[in-house]
Amino acid sequence: MKSVFVYCEVENKKVADISQELLSAGKRLANKLGAPLDALVIGKDLKDIHKQIAPYGVDKIFIADDKRLEPYRTLPHTAIALDVLRREDPQIVLLGATSIGRDIAPRLASALSCGLTADCTVLDIGDHYVAKEKKEYKDLLYAIRPAFGGSIIANIINWDMHPQMATVREGVMKKNIFDVDYKAEVENIDVNVLVNETDFVVKIIERHLEESDVNLKEAPVIVSGGYGVGSKENFKLLFQLSDLLGGEVGGSRAAVDAGYIDHERQIGQTGVTVRPKLYIAAGISGAVQHTAGMDDSSLIISINTDPDAPMNSFADYVIEGDVMEVITKMIHSYKKNAK
Amino acid sequence: MKPLKIIVLAKQVPDTRNVSTDAMKPDGTVNRGKLPTIYNPDDLHALELALNIKDRVPGTEITVLTMGPKRAADVIRESYYRGADYGVMISDRRFGGADTLATSYTLAKGIEKLAPYDLVLAGRQAIDGDTAQVGPQSAEKLNIPQVTYVEEIISLNDDEIVAKRRLENGVEIVSAPFPCLMTVHESSPNCRTRVAKRVMKYKYARTQTELESKSTEDYIKELHEKRNYLSIPEWGVEDINAEMKKIGLAGSPTKVKKVESIVLTAGEAKVLSDSAVDIDSMIVELIQNHTIG
Repeated sequence: MKSVFVYCEVENKKVADISQELLSAGKRLANKLGAPLDALVIGKDLKDIHKQIAPYGVDKIFIADDKRLEPYRTLPHTAIALDVLRREDPQIVLLGATSIGRDIAPRLASALSCGLTADCTVLDIGDHYVAKEKKEYKDLLYAIRPAFGGSIIANIINWDMHPQMATVREGVMKKNIFDVDYKAEVENIDVNVLVNETDFVVKIIERHLEESDVNLKEAPVIVSGGYGVGSKENFKLLFQLSDLLGGEVGGSRAAVDAGYIDHERQIGQTGVTVRPKLYIAAGISGAVQHTAGMDDSSLIISINTDPDAPMNSFADYVIEGDVMEVITKMIHSYKKNAK
Repeated sequence: MKPLKIIVLAKQVPDTRNVSTDAMKPDGTVNRGKLPTIYNPDDLHALELALNIKDRVPGTEITVLTMGPKRAADVIRESYYRGADYGVMISDRRFGGADTLATSYTLAKGIEKLAPYDLVLAGRQAIDGDTAQVGPQSAEKLNIPQVTYVEEIISLNDDEIVAKRRLENGVEIVSAPFPCLMTVHESSPNCRTRVAKRVMKYKYARTQTELESKSTEDYIKELHEKRNYLSIPEWGVEDINAEMKKIGLAGSPTKVKKVESIVLTAGEAKVLSDSAVDIDSMIVELIQNHTIG
């Protein structure tokens, strides 16, 4: 049985969260298929890296360890990944929908002439009957994602040009250790055979990584505003409420596009995926593009003037009314009732 | 330094902020005819980056390449109005139904026909798919290096171009040789507006198909006989020597199995008014069940 394969991102000897999530999702698919799970990690100083990867139930780990391979650069990583993918011939390849994953995945898919589906929110296994060929294709990857501004959910499949590749954003899949003592086979890749000087023509001159002080993923409460909030000025009230509740402020894509709030606070398929205890959707209509990033919240309050806003169907509390008025009253009520 | 030849990849996209489900065909593909169209926003950023380079390096030539149905010629005209030197359409029914792999193959064949070039610029992603795949896939097909998510060109000389990349957790400054492909991030400067003189000069620019259309008035056809620059080249499958098995639906590995319109389940939501009493009762409930502290 051909494997399920995960491209792992690593920095400073640590496997990225997104890659741990993908390994967990990959294991679930591999188990459904009765297939092995393989992983590739490319970077530097990776002596013990397999210990971080194997517990996700990984059967074989390919390691390319060379000081020139970190930070990530397109061409050398592509050369190594292509060689491993051509040799291993996996049926499914998963990558993060990150700055790195979205740079390398299309390059690999083009070189392999295979299909690639971006930003999946659900991955599953299923069959497909091709009427033209009168043939049933078994055990295909269902790469499911909202499309077209979020008005539809599309199930994308690829039955004839393999491998089937997909990217997933950070936070969409849950991390799940399979077995802390799982034993993986390790193959150390001979880097010098696969990369040459011309793969290093793009040179990194400087790098400034910024640890963001916005932490939507860990926030217990998120006060999130949409286009209906009306202005950047009005968002200040959302910040007041979130400060009171010890939470963070998020926004829909429409609010980000309108310049009401910073891009790093965008929640949804093309932003951050969150699962807070309480999600307050203020003036957010609730396109799938947005709800895909928050519908696992424990409790949802929707504030909207439109009683038929799609968000209301996700909500535990629906408050019909003006966002500014309602938030003002919530602030007032919380101050009065909290001890 | 010596002038550059820049190719900008631009796409006409449906305005996804205004999509209704009746704009979808039964096979799951989009009925573009039913939607208003716009110049893909990130591609306008790419055009601005090209114009910015042209400001710095006089003599630089900008060619805008677009693939799409006949009406996508609007993208070429809009590019002329804002400062592009040339525009080329890739348009042929047989390209229809292409996913990103078939699209990048087709664009790469078009780019090869425009060779030699120094730099290919494209928006990071298009708002109708948000995949961000066509740029890197085109670079792979052309066998040239790629620099994704470019926010700013720091410097350039005859041998290399230095760019600032916007990553999810910071920035990176990289140098790349020519030729290369860059995808341009939305955080880069907005595109300059139309130039009135250029609108006057190019407003009658048409493709051959448009020119032959019954609705095209005779004086436009006469203008075209005198002014060659008004003619927008229109390339089909044969013009770019594309292999049929690599274009359109046949060249597209990804297929849409199923499309679901969003079905809203009847929730058990408590519906409250915006009165202080209702809001108070909710806040008290949330405090009591420890949702908020």
